[in-house]
Amino acid sequence: MTIVNVLSVVCFIVFGPLIGGLLSGIDRKLSARMQGRIGPSVLQPFYDIKKLLNKQRIDIVDTSMSGLLLSYMILMIMSGAIFFSGSDILMSVFVLSTASTFLYFAAIVTSSPYNSIAASRELVQIMTYEPAVLLACVGFYLVTGTFNVGAISQTDSVLLWQLPGFFIAFVFILTIKMRKSPFDISGGHHAHQELVQGITTEMGARNLAIFHIAEWYENVFLLGFVALFALNKNLWSIPLAVVLVALVFFTEVLIDNVSARMKMKNMLRITWLVTLFAAGLNLLVLMLVH
Amino acid sequence: MAKVKRSPWVLHYDGSSCNGCDIEVLACLTPVYDAERFGIINTGDPLQADIFLITGGINSQNQPVVKQLYEQMSNPKVVVAVGTCACTGGIFKECYNIKGGVDTTIPVDIYVPGCAARPQSIIDGLVQAINLFEKRCDDYAYQLNAEGQ
Repeated sequence: MTIVNVLSVVCFIVFGPLIGGLLSGIDRKLSARMQGRIGPSVLQPFYDIKKLLNKQRIDIVDTSMSGLLLSYMILMIMSGAIFFSGSDILMSVFVLSTASTFLYFAAIVTSSPYNSIAASRELVQIMTYEPAVLLACVGFYLVTGTFNVGAISQTDSVLLWQLPGFFIAFVFILTIKMRKSPFDISGGHHAHQELVQGITTEMGARNLAIFHIAEWYENVFLLGFVALFALNKNLWSIPLAVVLVALVFFTEVLIDNVSARMKMKNMLRITWLVTLFAAGLNLLVLMLVH
Repeated sequence: MAKVKRSPWVLHYDGSSCNGCDIEVLACLTPVYDAERFGIINTGDPLQADIFLITGGINSQNQPVVKQLYEQMSNPKVVVAVGTCACTGGIFKECYNIKGGVDTTIPVDIYVPGCAARPQSIIDGLVQAINLFEKRCDDYAYQLNAEGQ
């Protein structure tokens, strides 16, 4: 591990929530502008967190929820840290899945009916997006011959040109990961409501703050994953990656605002079809070329 | 009002009303009035709400519901009664099943009159509620600090 790797991990841990919160604020502002509203301040998510941390603590039914949520956040930070330290991309994706499982447990321990349904929906969502994430890692491996993030980001060419199918599949499941319509099935953002508040129904005050901070970390990690499609050893690839990430983020907000929530079965069917055709075809072509 | 540094999340409960006020409350969230510019989110979850906004009066059936919602909200919290029915019982006051305004069941902080209450006055009430909520937040933090020492 070089000093650069350590620095990027520290940067992720310190600036991750700041960037994630800012992105969330930009998201809310953009959504408001798309709907013809003025919208809240870009810093509103930080005010939200500050308020949530200062409210009276409530532990619903089972106090283990706080612990499980904390594990969710810590695992999320770990998976991002593994990624930004330039180590194994597969390991970071596995830790990400473990983190999601802890979120599921945090929701299911409350035994609240709304929360339990949302938790089982979260499980279906995990099942839906997991193939595309794993296939993206396989795609990186086939082109670069390594699962090492550091090595993947130091190739000669822009990987996006060789992995367009994997990229499409990954951006498609990003809608699920970022809890955007039409796939905000286990719980959405802003004023969206589904089964009260979906997976966050029984989370209030500090617990909800932890959930949001973990989500900010997750979004930064996932957008870092998107950037990996553009990064290479040339310096000019850095602005390219930034533009790509901004484009993907804008597209997600746009999709969120122009589509209605979908049924769970349709989400599963469409996502797997897109994964199979986009990523699968790309995989086939790569196998034939090599 | 651009300086509001809090995030008042509103829980809207529709009591025994004619739904006129409810439509006006929803109108506050539309592009014309845009209550979200104050950081207001219309949440459906009492555990996450700070401001309890009630339209319509209290009857024997919704009394326990209103009580429970109020108790589920964590401190600090503010209650806003919107519309004449929520303030006093209004046109339904003499009905056999009506107990009266919201203050017959839970303590109300802000009364917004009108039948139906206009979006302007609802937002005015909400802004007053935000100020009160800010004050209560400060008091609550002070109280916690005092207990800590």
